[in-house]
Amino acid sequence: MKLVIKNGTVVNPLVGKTEKTSIVIENGKVTEITAKPDTKDAEVFNAEGMFVAPGFIDIHVHFRDPGFEYKEDIFSGLEAAAAGGFTSVCTMPNTKPAADNVETIRYMYERAAKGNGVKLYPIAAATKGLKGESLAPIGELAEGGAIAISDDGRPIQNTDLLKRVMEYASTFDMMYVSHSEDLYLSETAQMNEGYYSTVYGMTGNPVVGEASQIARDCMMAEYLKLPIHIAHVSAALSVDIIKFFKERGAKITAETAPHYITLTDEALGGFDTNTKINPPLRSEADRLAVIKALKDGIIDAIATDHAPHHQREKEVEFNNAPSGIVGLETALPLVLKLYHDKELPIERIVELFTAGYKIMGIDGGKIEVGAPADITVFDPDYQWTVDKNMFKSKSRNTPFHGFHVKGAVSATIVDGKIVYSRDF
Amino acid sequence: MKHLLGIENLNKDQIMNILETAVSFAEINQRQIKKVPTLKGKTIINFFAEPSTRTRTSFEVAEKRLSADTYNIAVSGSAIQKGETLADTALNLQAMGPDAMVIRHSVSGTPQLLTEIMDCSIINAGDGFHEHPTQALLDAYTIWQRKGGFEGLKVALLGDIYHSRVARSNIYLLNKMGAHVSISGPGTMLPKEVEKMGVTVEKLPKYAVQDADIVMMLRVQNERASNLLYPDVREYSRYFMLTPELLKLAKKDALVMHPGPANRGVEIDDVVMDGEQSVILEQVSNGVNVRMAVLYLLLGGADK
Amino acid sequence: MKRESINVKKVLLNETEMGKIIDRMVYEMIEHLSLLKNVAIVGIRTRGVVLADRLIKKIEEKEHVKLATGTIDIALYRDDFCKNLSSPQTGPSVLNFDPEEYHIILVDDVMYTGRTVRAAIEAIMDYGRPKSIKFVSLIDRGLRELPIHPDIVGKVIETSPEDKVAVFFKETDGEDKVVLG
Repeated sequence: MKLVIKNGTVVNPLVGKTEKTSIVIENGKVTEITAKPDTKDAEVFNAEGMFVAPGFIDIHVHFRDPGFEYKEDIFSGLEAAAAGGFTSVCTMPNTKPAADNVETIRYMYERAAKGNGVKLYPIAAATKGLKGESLAPIGELAEGGAIAISDDGRPIQNTDLLKRVMEYASTFDMMYVSHSEDLYLSETAQMNEGYYSTVYGMTGNPVVGEASQIARDCMMAEYLKLPIHIAHVSAALSVDIIKFFKERGAKITAETAPHYITLTDEALGGFDTNTKINPPLRSEADRLAVIKALKDGIIDAIATDHAPHHQREKEVEFNNAPSGIVGLETALPLVLKLYHDKELPIERIVELFTAGYKIMGIDGGKIEVGAPADITVFDPDYQWTVDKNMFKSKSRNTPFHGFHVKGAVSATIVDGKIVYSRDF
Repeated sequence: MKHLLGIENLNKDQIMNILETAVSFAEINQRQIKKVPTLKGKTIINFFAEPSTRTRTSFEVAEKRLSADTYNIAVSGSAIQKGETLADTALNLQAMGPDAMVIRHSVSGTPQLLTEIMDCSIINAGDGFHEHPTQALLDAYTIWQRKGGFEGLKVALLGDIYHSRVARSNIYLLNKMGAHVSISGPGTMLPKEVEKMGVTVEKLPKYAVQDADIVMMLRVQNERASNLLYPDVREYSRYFMLTPELLKLAKKDALVMHPGPANRGVEIDDVVMDGEQSVILEQVSNGVNVRMAVLYLLLGGADK
Repeated sequence: MKRESINVKKVLLNETEMGKIIDRMVYEMIEHLSLLKNVAIVGIRTRGVVLADRLIKKIEEKEHVKLATGTIDIALYRDDFCKNLSSPQTGPSVLNFDPEEYHIILVDDVMYTGRTVRAAIEAIMDYGRPKSIKFVSLIDRGLRELPIHPDIVGKVIETSPEDKVAVFFKETDGEDKVVLG
């Protein structure tokens, strides 16, 4: 089986090239990159006017499987990933049971193997039951294929335990992914603390909670000389702290999510529970600082924090709704806005969607001869309206329903197989 | 206007129209027979998902004096605790065919969410810490009747601003009408960036009360003491209670207001509460006038 | 209260004609008064009040009496409330006498369907049970929808439902006239 992606603009930042060319794929691998491909007996994907990029990776998704399959399961999650242009995803461990045992990790791999081909890398729990009390069997989890550890959603508050987790995990080269939140400050909070929480009459979660925990975790990483990855950075102060520690030479990487560069806490004025996210949507100054951090390289990657919740769980009073939104299928156009607004060049956009490979220590992120053909093709100019009812995800919890956006995934190719293509 | 969700989205003319309409109802409420047939055959549901005696009663009196058929639904706890979504609750109420629903809810924004699900008029009788528009309107009516207007008045608003929907609605209303609001309360009870709402923030009540035309007290919820808002009642009353001495700093003819229920000896001294400057009971009477006006204006058909 | 603009098709009564008619109505009312004790004159908001005030003034001057007076607002008693375009403006009603002790003469500028009078009667009844109620109108334009008729009328004119009849008063509009629009 031969596939030729013809005449697209291949954006290949890790190779350092952006050029109009064609890619020949055979047996799941890239066999040739050439302007004049031999298309005999080949399926041809015409990528004229499109960008052809290394397959995107989302290092922060919640697939709810096992335990909450009514929100999302691994199959629907992988479909949503493909529709969003992602050829690899890293799943967070807050399933039920939590991914704190090797059986659950194996289950995830087995299910994913029966999926559409999009590659799934589980992030395991750092502590037993994500309770923040005792070490998870990190060695065995690593052996079972877990890619990193995290207590995402329920961060470790006990600093001594954090230290031990990082020390113990280092033995198995497992990096800690920090969901940075001070649970004391956020306990009853519904949104960012600031002018809008005052006006909307809601308890606020101040930036200080996120930033102070980022500072603590960065200090710990520097002290232990270990790498750490900071999840979903949402605030200007967080950016400054990450910058400070990066400049000191600490091994820190960071991600942000498309919604933090798109919306602010003002968006909660309609009391739409699909604007309830953790960390919360912040101020306009924070939004601009996060965009600048993407530009300056302080934030390394885009990750969606795809967090499906069933409609019935969101159709409740604001305070009773769970936090989180689906993000896989809207990420590309939201981030491409920075390209259209001339904030970021296309190479940086592609870099943000592929930096996760290096962060997580996974091979990938380059289009080169001999490498697995994981490729995302997208049309930067295609205009469409987000319709949550068209999502491949099982859940519909998005604040972007009805948004007019520019840029769409044309095809998602994993190991040479087209796992998603858009009917334009 | 179909719904009354808050003061934020009303303009000066709409507010004045409500107050002026309330004058007609004030007259009715003085009559022997305090009832008019205006809303005969209309169904109004009073949906109270948070305990309330005076607001619910006030609405009910207003509705009955307008000859509407009223039904009270008191719910403890949220829909979700019963395994029902808010949307389900709303659709069930909708199925009873109300023309209007008066709603009190502990979660901010719930009345607004209901307008997206239900067809009837929604009247916010207090949502979370967000808004309590009819309280602000009855306070305004009281001020208007007593002072003849709002322009240039200085209003001191004291106490737990953070958790007060009454404070927010009053700040919006008084600003729109040209009054100036000074607030004061312990730091734990002042919400962030509240000065951006157009109020002056004073550290201690004595500065806010200085030369005030109106001193408006807010209820301190005793149960919140455990919530690390203030050390204890003794300390709170020492620094934040409206005493006769504190009131002396205000203008001689200053009015003392309180949305009730008041904690005597906590935020307001007995002497002040029962004193000549207190219009607290007048506020309660005016509540019926204003709520009748609101119902009359909202249910009078389509203002398109 | 400013009246809404009207496209004048025909002037039905000019100032002189209107004055004569009002004077005649005053005489008719005095006849009633001579038969009754405890008469109160009540205008229906808003134009009936203007007419009532003028009638009261003239009667008091001629007869050297002081009459009980009042104002009644019918907005809250309308039978078309909620079908109408928007909530009509309301004003307070004022009856500064005990209705149970009085004969009431209701005054309005134009009598039409009879629904306004019905509402006014209901409104008065909410204050108590008057000895009697009579109705006085400057213009009767016909087209009744209820079995209600004026006891004293200034002028009867024939109209169709599309017509508008507007009464202008010196006190509020600067001139006395009745027009068809």
